[in-house]
Amino acid sequence: MKGKRILAALSGGVDSSVAALLLQREGWEVIGISMDLYDFSKVTRDREGTCCSLDDLYDARRVCDTLNIPYYVLNLRDEFRREVIDPFVREYSTGRTPNPCILCNEHMKFRALLRKADELGAEGVATGHYAVIRRDPSGRCRLFAAPDESKDQSYFLFSLDSVRLQRILFPVGEMEKSEVRRIAGEAGLPVFEKRESQDICFVTDDSYTEFLNRSGIREQEGLFLDRSGNVLGTHKGVVHYTVGQRRGLGIASKEPLYVVAIDAEKNEVILGTENDTLSAHATVGRVSFVSGAPPTQQFRATAKVRFRHAGAGATVRVEENRLKVVFDTPQRSVTPGQALVLYDGKEVLGGGWIECESASRS
Amino acid sequence: MRRIYLDHNATTPIHPEVRKAVEPYLSEQFGNPSSIHWAGRDVRKGVEDARQAIAAFFRCQPLEVVFASSGTESDNLAIKGVAYRKGNAGKHIVTSQVEHPAVINACRFLENQGFRVTYAPVNRHGIVEPESVRKALTRDTILVSIMYANNETGAIMPIPEIGAIAREAGAIMHTDAVQAAGKLPIDFGTLPVDMLTFSGHKVNALKGAGGLIIRRGTEIEALIHGGHQERGRRGGTENVVGIIAMGKSFELLHAGMEKEVAETRRLRDQFEKELFGRIPALVLNGPPTERLPNTVNISFRFVEGEAMLLNLDMMGIACSSGSACTSGSLEPSPILMAMGADPTDAQGALRFSLGLGNTDADVEYAVSAIESVVGKLRALSPLYPSAKEAKAR
Repeated sequence: MKGKRILAALSGGVDSSVAALLLQREGWEVIGISMDLYDFSKVTRDREGTCCSLDDLYDARRVCDTLNIPYYVLNLRDEFRREVIDPFVREYSTGRTPNPCILCNEHMKFRALLRKADELGAEGVATGHYAVIRRDPSGRCRLFAAPDESKDQSYFLFSLDSVRLQRILFPVGEMEKSEVRRIAGEAGLPVFEKRESQDICFVTDDSYTEFLNRSGIREQEGLFLDRSGNVLGTHKGVVHYTVGQRRGLGIASKEPLYVVAIDAEKNEVILGTENDTLSAHATVGRVSFVSGAPPTQQFRATAKVRFRHAGAGATVRVEENRLKVVFDTPQRSVTPGQALVLYDGKEVLGGGWIECESASRS
Repeated sequence: MRRIYLDHNATTPIHPEVRKAVEPYLSEQFGNPSSIHWAGRDVRKGVEDARQAIAAFFRCQPLEVVFASSGTESDNLAIKGVAYRKGNAGKHIVTSQVEHPAVINACRFLENQGFRVTYAPVNRHGIVEPESVRKALTRDTILVSIMYANNETGAIMPIPEIGAIAREAGAIMHTDAVQAAGKLPIDFGTLPVDMLTFSGHKVNALKGAGGLIIRRGTEIEALIHGGHQERGRRGGTENVVGIIAMGKSFELLHAGMEKEVAETRRLRDQFEKELFGRIPALVLNGPPTERLPNTVNISFRFVEGEAMLLNLDMMGIACSSGSACTSGSLEPSPILMAMGADPTDAQGALRFSLGLGNTDADVEYAVSAIESVVGKLRALSPLYPSAKEAKAR
């Protein structure tokens, strides 16, 4: 470490700030970096005219001042549009519910920034993620969930492979959040009390449709159908709905109705009962494994179908470039476009993207 | 770490003589120049001496000099001041695509107030040709604002010709001379220009002071209303220290600019020659000759300006690239884009601007550092042809 250079990706939050601090204490030459990904004035204009993201950059800069390290803001707007926003919009328009944070990790934090690390003569990139990388003596890297389950972010990191993990550090990955805050407070970092960030950075919960409209997605009214094809009503456009959704459907019914499927091509939203949202299995595409290959052609794993999912026991079958994941018990809201991540205990094996769920009706 | 400052168009180090000149004004000379008593009187004398030194440098009348907080404020005073005063006579303003944001954004603001603005194009060297101003003029044009020299490329504009054309059409002529002042001889007395902006910190004085020369008889509206300072054209107690510093700087320039500029030019030419001699695939942005004597703007093909800038910073060399957005990150320069530069070339552009304190050894060290950074980054670039191929060309 001594004197070796590393990029610390700073969000302006407490986790990445403490990550940078810990690296500095270990003897790294730390260069603070933030990514300028998007003209945030576009999404935050309506919120009291402030720009939260610029405020975050200010915080990151002040942290670097405190650590007495250089700080640079890198312009990666073109790349972000190409690799994150465009796919996000495309996915929505095909009726899926995309997860831009994983794309951002994969393409921005751990691809674009590793390229920047090369350009700046740095060994690698460090972030404030809660996840654990273990290095074998052979140099092979394995990825594990954070001990603090409430903070674990390994779900968002499944697409990193061993080769890339070798150049990545998560200095706070094994810590408790309270400890991170304590370290920040003791070191006088100006962010120790900051609240957690919530939304997807470039679109807030209440501005999804506005964002999509601006991106050229036309909302077109269509039909709500039940699973037998009977018309139940009119929907406002498929981008307003996500599989598993119950609220905001505006359909009167004896039983609560849920979105069970979205057919963007036909512009139809299929509704059903709570039971209809259950899936017995899922097909997963664009598969990757941390080790580079699946353990065997068929194996047991714990599958998480969304970030906050507790995980379900499953049998995984490798089929060409896809995985067939059969849950031990049917799972709710297995949503096309979301990532399905496979664990062996705490270890992240890999995962992929849910293509189509096969509901219990099959 | 060795530190070399090659960003004098951004700001300049403070001249030791300037520092000496302001010292009394940081201790015993604290009075308010508007006061009648001894404390004010002495300070007022300092301010008026500074005004006179500046007038001597620009060859204008002392009372034509109006002090303000910056070049930016002075540009705003010129542009909005004329618009507010002359708005009844016409609603059209002509400026160029390569002006400083102080001018561009003041014009954009006026567009929201019902004015029309024409942004005249530049030629491939970044120069506003007089004809393009002539074409932009209408019967409604009240103001023409064209910079004397461009901050990014150093391109010198044909202000005597443009000023004559503007005046012939009955428009008021303003020029932002923030980059030109102290680097080129400027004779406001004979120049067909009604208003001229200058700034202190670009000429080895202090940040926070600038000024506008307003030719006698040119009517403008004040933007800062308050006391009677600057004869009602700019209210607020004067930035005495900044004004004294600026006065000293222009006094020094009045006496020794020629020699100083010749030395800077020699170093810049040496720097430029070495770079082009030692590193392949460079593009000069800006005019080969009609250019500020301290500035050189170069695109390093197959390399991003941002990566260059950060690497050089880490090696102690300060230069600049493109334009910074609000976040502090870099965007391709709108100025280079207006010149018709290839977008990738614009992204790989760096500006080096020399000045007081630079030495032959600095130039040699900087050239070697740049050569090694370019080599390293090109080795990482998938687009860069191998060394052999490059040589074979």
